[in-house]
Amino acid sequence: MILLEFLIYLCVAVCGVGVIRKIYQYVNTPVHLRWELYPVAHEAGEKVCYGGSYFEDVDWWKCPRKPSLIGELKGMIPEMLFVKALYEHNRPLWCRSFPFHFGLYLLIGFAGLIITGAFLNLIGLPVAWASPSSLGRPVYILTILVGIPGMLLTLIGSAALFHRRMIDLDIKDFTYFSHYFNLGFIFATVFFVFLAWLLSDRGFSGLRNFVAGLVPFVPLQPPGFLISVEALFTSLLVAYIPFTNLSHPIAKYFTYHKVRWDDEPNLPGSAMEKRIGEYLNYPVTWSAPHLQGEGARTWAKIATEEIKKDEKR
Amino acid sequence: MKSVKVEDISKPSDQLTHVEPGECMPLPPPYDDPANIPQWKPLNEQARRDVESSLDDTIAVGFPKPKTKEEERELVNKFLSGLEKLFSKENNWTFYQPLLLSMENCARCMTCSDACHIYEASGKNPVYRPAYRSEVLRRIYNKYIKPGGKFFGKWRNGEVDLNWTTVARLLELSYRCNLCRRCAQTCPIGVDNALIAHEIRKVFSQELGIAAKELHEKGSVLQLKVGSSTGMNTEVVKDNIEFIDEDMTDKTGMEIHTPWDKVGADVLLIHNAGEIMAWPENPGAFAVIFEAAGVNWTMSSEAVAYDSINYGVWYDDFMLAKVAVKHAQVAKKLGVKKIVIGECGHATKALVVVADRVLTGDLNVPRESALTFLRDLVFSGKLKLDPSRNDFPVTLHDPCNMVRLAGIVEPQRQILRKIAPKFREMEPHGVDNYCCGGGSGFAIMSPYNFGDWRFHVSGRKKLQQVLNAFRDELSPDIPKYLCAPCSNCKGQLRDLLQYYNVWEKLRIQYGGLVELIVNCMVDVKLGFIDWEWH
Repeated sequence: MILLEFLIYLCVAVCGVGVIRKIYQYVNTPVHLRWELYPVAHEAGEKVCYGGSYFEDVDWWKCPRKPSLIGELKGMIPEMLFVKALYEHNRPLWCRSFPFHFGLYLLIGFAGLIITGAFLNLIGLPVAWASPSSLGRPVYILTILVGIPGMLLTLIGSAALFHRRMIDLDIKDFTYFSHYFNLGFIFATVFFVFLAWLLSDRGFSGLRNFVAGLVPFVPLQPPGFLISVEALFTSLLVAYIPFTNLSHPIAKYFTYHKVRWDDEPNLPGSAMEKRIGEYLNYPVTWSAPHLQGEGARTWAKIATEEIKKDEKR
Repeated sequence: MKSVKVEDISKPSDQLTHVEPGECMPLPPPYDDPANIPQWKPLNEQARRDVESSLDDTIAVGFPKPKTKEEERELVNKFLSGLEKLFSKENNWTFYQPLLLSMENCARCMTCSDACHIYEASGKNPVYRPAYRSEVLRRIYNKYIKPGGKFFGKWRNGEVDLNWTTVARLLELSYRCNLCRRCAQTCPIGVDNALIAHEIRKVFSQELGIAAKELHEKGSVLQLKVGSSTGMNTEVVKDNIEFIDEDMTDKTGMEIHTPWDKVGADVLLIHNAGEIMAWPENPGAFAVIFEAAGVNWTMSSEAVAYDSINYGVWYDDFMLAKVAVKHAQVAKKLGVKKIVIGECGHATKALVVVADRVLTGDLNVPRESALTFLRDLVFSGKLKLDPSRNDFPVTLHDPCNMVRLAGIVEPQRQILRKIAPKFREMEPHGVDNYCCGGGSGFAIMSPYNFGDWRFHVSGRKKLQQVLNAFRDELSPDIPKYLCAPCSNCKGQLRDLLQYYNVWEKLRIQYGGLVELIVNCMVDVKLGFIDWEWH
């Protein structure tokens, strides 16, 4: 049991490190040249409807820039919850991908409810159908209402995606062992969670007690075999995700907010201008004849160098 | 269509893939009849023998084949060293973040494929999938650049061998994408395959010194050496504009004089110099409108500043920056209030959008698109307009660089709705438009039989859209106007319409937006648009 407890802590720590590393990797990159793609969701007024930008305004630099948070949320939320882009551009895949993703969101909610329930148990508010606590019963019901559909949707979605990768000739050549492994791993993990519920833990009280036992100095109750397997698979999956393609939701934040929708102008005297000034002084090692960086010349030096009329490059 | 796997790119053969004209996307009448489809000229034997041509049926770059194994190895090693630099913040701060995001997060769902006009028009040739070239680069990156790639690369990302064949085909393949980024728009994760094509071109240009001649040697380098990619120096451009002014004076009945190097002007107008050579009525029409509206404007006779082109935006960040800096320096020297870029999509994107984060300090001169500026002039009441003079069917081509990539969507439409009573949209349009097929430099590239590829494959979707937009009035008795407010798009459309004999068969003419405005100006003699000239 101690080994399992240790493994769970380790896996959560590995996941945390993996996620932070991934975020840091993207945050710690220089501001790039502008490469936005319209429509930009935070564009104000009617422009967002047809994909217009502030470049449509004469003397745009004189106009106050008002990025719309509501517009951004309108762009983000349907994309995050319902995978809108896939619905619009690849409906057959959306039919498989949406249940998978939505199922996973429900399972994240389910995990939150299990942890909440475990804490309620620890502070003496039992989580059960017949709980005297005003919180215990709703959490109990909600855990089931969120958890079971989450499991079923994820199982259906992962199986459907696995099947599509096997049979669809368009993507078969772009499918690797890791794709099958990742989907199989998720399917197996959720399958064990589902099996534990079905065969031995209909109210999730066993799981809740097990999670409560993970709190330091709280004695760990020996879980049943299925809950142990469920915990083992879930922990390993949690540790595995940040190091694979499955962590693309993190990247998606950056591709949307820092590339597609990044229309921030480089205004004189701005913080951005200062950062760009630093980048322009980076030494460059590109070695094409017309650049010859050699690590000694800076980006700005090469970019402002004259090409002589008689130069043969 | 023969299946081609990603790893096949490394396997030497005469030709990796073939486009069978009969398998290409069908076109509407009258091009549904094979007799109306021009023949695709095959590559000649000498070209096949001398330059790299093992990708498909054409050649864009024309890189000479290495003569020895040693030369092959050197090129492969240089490519690898360039790839390492692409993933270094110092060397590639310009695109490091978006590149990393696109390289590491593709779900291989192929949603991008159906968004690509080249893939669709080719009859869904697997090599033209937006993700194909990205996947090749991704496999090379994962295997040869990332730590542990040789052990885990295959398991995680599939196999590829890095050899001369791979490198040579990848070079050509980076020039089978219009960089229109329609694929990126549909990606649920935000992966940008066009950016990857752009970055592959950069490795070749910035590390190996290899790029399409028309873009580098005859494009950016010529522009920076003599002043314009057209080869025009200061004297020639001034002579040409003087000639255009005289022609405009005759044609419109208005006295037209283009002002040069006027210090303190409100507007520095920079045209794509190709307009001056190929479509003189376009800069002429600008001059007519600006003079009639009383704009305080000027052109610059200083080298580079009379040509807005900036081909670096397609293949080399340093060439992009060099040209952008020149434009800004001249504007600063003249003390103008702003730069207005004429009807040229890539020039607008390069100077107004992309180079925004290169120009710092007093080089950060305000810049805007002519479409925006023209919209305000048209609605200012300073021009007397009679829309009935434009009483013929008009449709609008959206240049990707202005619309999807800069968000300039409505100004040109507002103008057309005001001045062209028979204006109709093509479908899809706006930010969902299709590229003309000449994007990313293709419009000025016709080496070997590349023109045939441009017209059969990359331009096919646009031809279909144009024909569909005019489907109710296809009769050759009705002249029709395809408005393309972009110089490169016009270059592609000119060649495309000529290739398919569209004027002779259907009387579809192409041209810019300013020509339509001048055509309906009351103070201008009737018939500014010359229908027979095409």
